[in-house]
Amino acid sequence: MDGTERLFERMVHEHQDRVFALSLALTGNRHDAEEVAQDTFLRAYRALVTYEPDRIRELKQRAWLHRIALNVVRNRVRGVRPRLVELNGSEPDHALGTEDGALLKIELDALAVRVAGLPPRYREAVVLRHVQELSYQEAAHALGQPVGTVKANVHRGLKLLRGDDHDDSDN
Amino acid sequence: MTTLTTDLKRLGEVKAPPGFADRLLAHVGMADSYNHFETVLGTVYVAWNRQGVSAASRSASAAEFEEWFRKEVGRNVVAADPPRDLAAKIDDELQGRRRMRFDLRGLTPFEQAVLRKTSEIPRGEVRPYGWVAREIGRPAAVRAVGTALANNPIPYFIPCHRVVRMDGQIGNYGGGGPEAKRSILTMEGVGVKRLEELARTGVRYQGVKTTKIFCYPTCHTGRHALEKNLVWLHDEASARAAGFRPCKVCRPAAVA
Repeated sequence: MDGTERLFERMVHEHQDRVFALSLALTGNRHDAEEVAQDTFLRAYRALVTYEPDRIRELKQRAWLHRIALNVVRNRVRGVRPRLVELNGSEPDHALGTEDGALLKIELDALAVRVAGLPPRYREAVVLRHVQELSYQEAAHALGQPVGTVKANVHRGLKLLRGDDHDDSDN
Repeated sequence: MTTLTTDLKRLGEVKAPPGFADRLLAHVGMADSYNHFETVLGTVYVAWNRQGVSAASRSASAAEFEEWFRKEVGRNVVAADPPRDLAAKIDDELQGRRRMRFDLRGLTPFEQAVLRKTSEIPRGEVRPYGWVAREIGRPAAVRAVGTALANNPIPYFIPCHRVVRMDGQIGNYGGGGPEAKRSILTMEGVGVKRLEELARTGVRYQGVKTTKIFCYPTCHTGRHALEKNLVWLHDEASARAAGFRPCKVCRPAAVA
């Protein structure tokens, strides 16, 4: 196994949960989320093998994977559906944290459906800021938009999620 | 009562499904995939990756196969749907039509040479360990050949069952003991009983009087000779003394 492969293996293990959570919030269901997450890493792999060592060293992996995942989702929505990857055996329910206030998986999935139902620009902003907990700066960078735009989209997206127009206090 | 933003944060803590990383690494060829196939030999577990088929075993269960693979090959292995044509390739390969690529990475160059040479032995024939050793240019390494074949990660497909003891006895077999070796050879059309009888009487080679060529008893070139023209030879020296030369196909001795 060469250096790139080792790096990729570490990247997958380190970021798989984050990328999957991002994909789930963007697509609204676990099956699509797994496809998106898998596609994201496959694209990352195909890019990595062409990169010079310097470029790989300077790579901000997390931000990079976020951008790839956003593009994968956008391309699917546009109907340029990437070749489906064979998935094997659906995952059984795995226990989520049982600490106080933890949502049941079914409630999380319901929330993911609502988030995924937002118009794309609000959805992406809300997901990066509140699901992935990026700063506005980081989210703006990942989306290639001005910080002000992202703030406005997050604000509007949260409002839509609450399903009303009352003043938001946690923003 | 949790607020919307705390709920969203929890959504960000969702874990990737079990096995996600393994499936992904298998997809890019960094781990192997496996499934089980119904074959002429019964249920066989087969692992593959981008380089080709990497292991096979008649394990009793998926768990047993996974454990064996990790120990034997030293990589991770994940259950997966096989490529569309793999089942057909497996059938063909076991019927003697070769179309399969093998991944022998992780084996020493010597072990690779032994296994590649063994793959050249036609279905329905057998060769002694010493033949493999001589053919790969390491005539003294007969025991090492035996060890390399015992550790063959892809039995049945790389036909280590076609390599037998120097004296013609069937010898041992990692893929299920001498009985399994005997039954696979019989299935392939080797007259095991006859072979063992010849071995007991000290016969190593079969000569054909009309052509003055001597072969291993299972060599297909000697198969159509008339019974009355056959002579049974005990060693190379007496064969040559009687005017026979070694067959150029099965190469029972170095061709001068």
